[in-house]
Amino acid sequence: MNFKHKYFFLFPGLFVLIGILIFPIIFVVRLSLSGWNSYNPGLDYIGLENYVRLFTDDPRFWESFFRLSFLSVTTVILQYVIGFALAHMVWKDIKFKRFFRVLFLVPMMTTPVIMTVIWRTFFHESLGPVNDLLSIFGVAPKWLTDPVIAKFTVIIVEVWQWTPFMFLLLLAGLLSLPKEPFLAAAIDGASPVRKFIYVTFPLMAPISIGAIIIRLIEASKIMDTVYVLTSGGPGTSTETSSFYIFIKGLREFQMGYAASMSFTYLIIMIISLTIIAKVLTKILLKE
Amino acid sequence: MNKFYIFLKYFFIIIWTVFVVAPFLWALTTSFKDFQSVNAGVTYIPWIDFEPNLEGWKVLIKSPAKGGVDIVEPYFNSLFVTCTASLISIILGTLSAYALSRYTFKAGFVKNNDITFFFISQRIMPPIVLSIPFFLFLSAINLLDSLVGLIVVYIVLLMPIAVWIMVDFFNKVPREIDETALIDGCNPYQAFLKVVLPNSIPGLIVAGMFCIIFGWIDFFFAFILTFTEVQLLPVKIVALNSSVTPWWSLSASALVSVAPLIIVAFIVERYLSKGNLSGAIK
Repeated sequence: MNFKHKYFFLFPGLFVLIGILIFPIIFVVRLSLSGWNSYNPGLDYIGLENYVRLFTDDPRFWESFFRLSFLSVTTVILQYVIGFALAHMVWKDIKFKRFFRVLFLVPMMTTPVIMTVIWRTFFHESLGPVNDLLSIFGVAPKWLTDPVIAKFTVIIVEVWQWTPFMFLLLLAGLLSLPKEPFLAAAIDGASPVRKFIYVTFPLMAPISIGAIIIRLIEASKIMDTVYVLTSGGPGTSTETSSFYIFIKGLREFQMGYAASMSFTYLIIMIISLTIIAKVLTKILLKE
Repeated sequence: MNKFYIFLKYFFIIIWTVFVVAPFLWALTTSFKDFQSVNAGVTYIPWIDFEPNLEGWKVLIKSPAKGGVDIVEPYFNSLFVTCTASLISIILGTLSAYALSRYTFKAGFVKNNDITFFFISQRIMPPIVLSIPFFLFLSAINLLDSLVGLIVVYIVLLMPIAVWIMVDFFNKVPREIDETALIDGCNPYQAFLKVVLPNSIPGLIVAGMFCIIFGWIDFFFAFILTFTEVQLLPVKIVALNSSVTPWWSLSASALVSVAPLIIVAFIVERYLSKGNLSGAIK
């Protein structure tokens, strides 16, 4: 095909994206080598001081990172299990199929922070319906102010919000599966459970990997929900990496230090997501 | 065994339905309450548990001077930013996706897949990493707190989605149709506009819906890059939250602002199997 035309198709998009991104990324790296803060706003050069501080003298960052890993892995596993179950249930004919499909998609279309505002009133300790109903059993968990329970509140809200996305990807996958393997299984008289283990699940493996990775990427950005629901509290018990960087950078204006954290964070994310993708591919496709 | 399975299935579906609907119902009842009925204890059913009134909904249309919430302007701002950014992303993303699907590129070790991956990998970028340089840059060129600045940032968020969905969609559109068009005397642009695009409408719709969803629900960049001149809907509503807790107007405005995207759920469901979403995630 003609040689020149292809660049006219590709370049507008590519150059706009690179044009918007390249300077910010270079700038983050440069900024991370400076001591920019509110007393001293400027691009001086202090070498690797910020990185030394980050790796030797800041347990709060690493705690927030492990908290983030815990939150995102837990929510994604829950979303995958529930999403797969739901998609499998509305895949074949059931009553009101379309109604349930649309209904299960709805939470994903709602703005997370706005729904979190509602969830806050929902989990309110004295005026919310959850504790009102639980008071029948005589318990009143402190949903937002107990360091341990607050993590689970975040998980509940995240599962509510994003299971639909998993559901959507997996349902689209189920709908695209070829019919023949299922016919063969039906002829062999396989039970529903065996059919699921030996036919549906292996066929869904590549789609499952894709969906899990996409969700992990998105889940690792958890920030809005935490900001509105608990503001990282009580104490720092629900603080995630993004939120900590946000506090350091745009609240305390330690721009240089925040930049070194965000660059480190970006590298860790790229490496860990690549490893997770490789491992998942091995586990799910070998079986 | 089979009966048990069916029972379990409907049981699970009903539990999940209740879970999905619960916050909406709670917001709906709360929006008809007043100070008295919110603070007196938890109540559920209007007329029996509490006397409903329209105060929460009335403040939405009052002007701020009279104690109203004024979400009309943020609403249109959100709508404008989301639609413009989505449109630009879809146009640029579709062109690039078409190039990546039909032509081969090679520059050193960089091949088509690497370029595609470059586009998609922008989603891995944590927003916080970009927020600090964007903040400083936009303030340097006086675009902080403006619609244009936000649109530029949102293009970065949305274009990867458009490219991701469209590359795989174009891969599924048979090459023969553009080849036939070229033989019939179209130039490559005409072939793309008149033959390929009309055959890609389901993919374009799915990509468009995804762009609109992810543009509309973004809070983070709007929160960091705008202050008073331009307010987007999510920021406005979260700001309501920090004041004295007027749960009734909070609930009403939350419901109003999540309502438009519910339509998107219907469209996405409709195009689920036609939009080749499963091809895109493999």
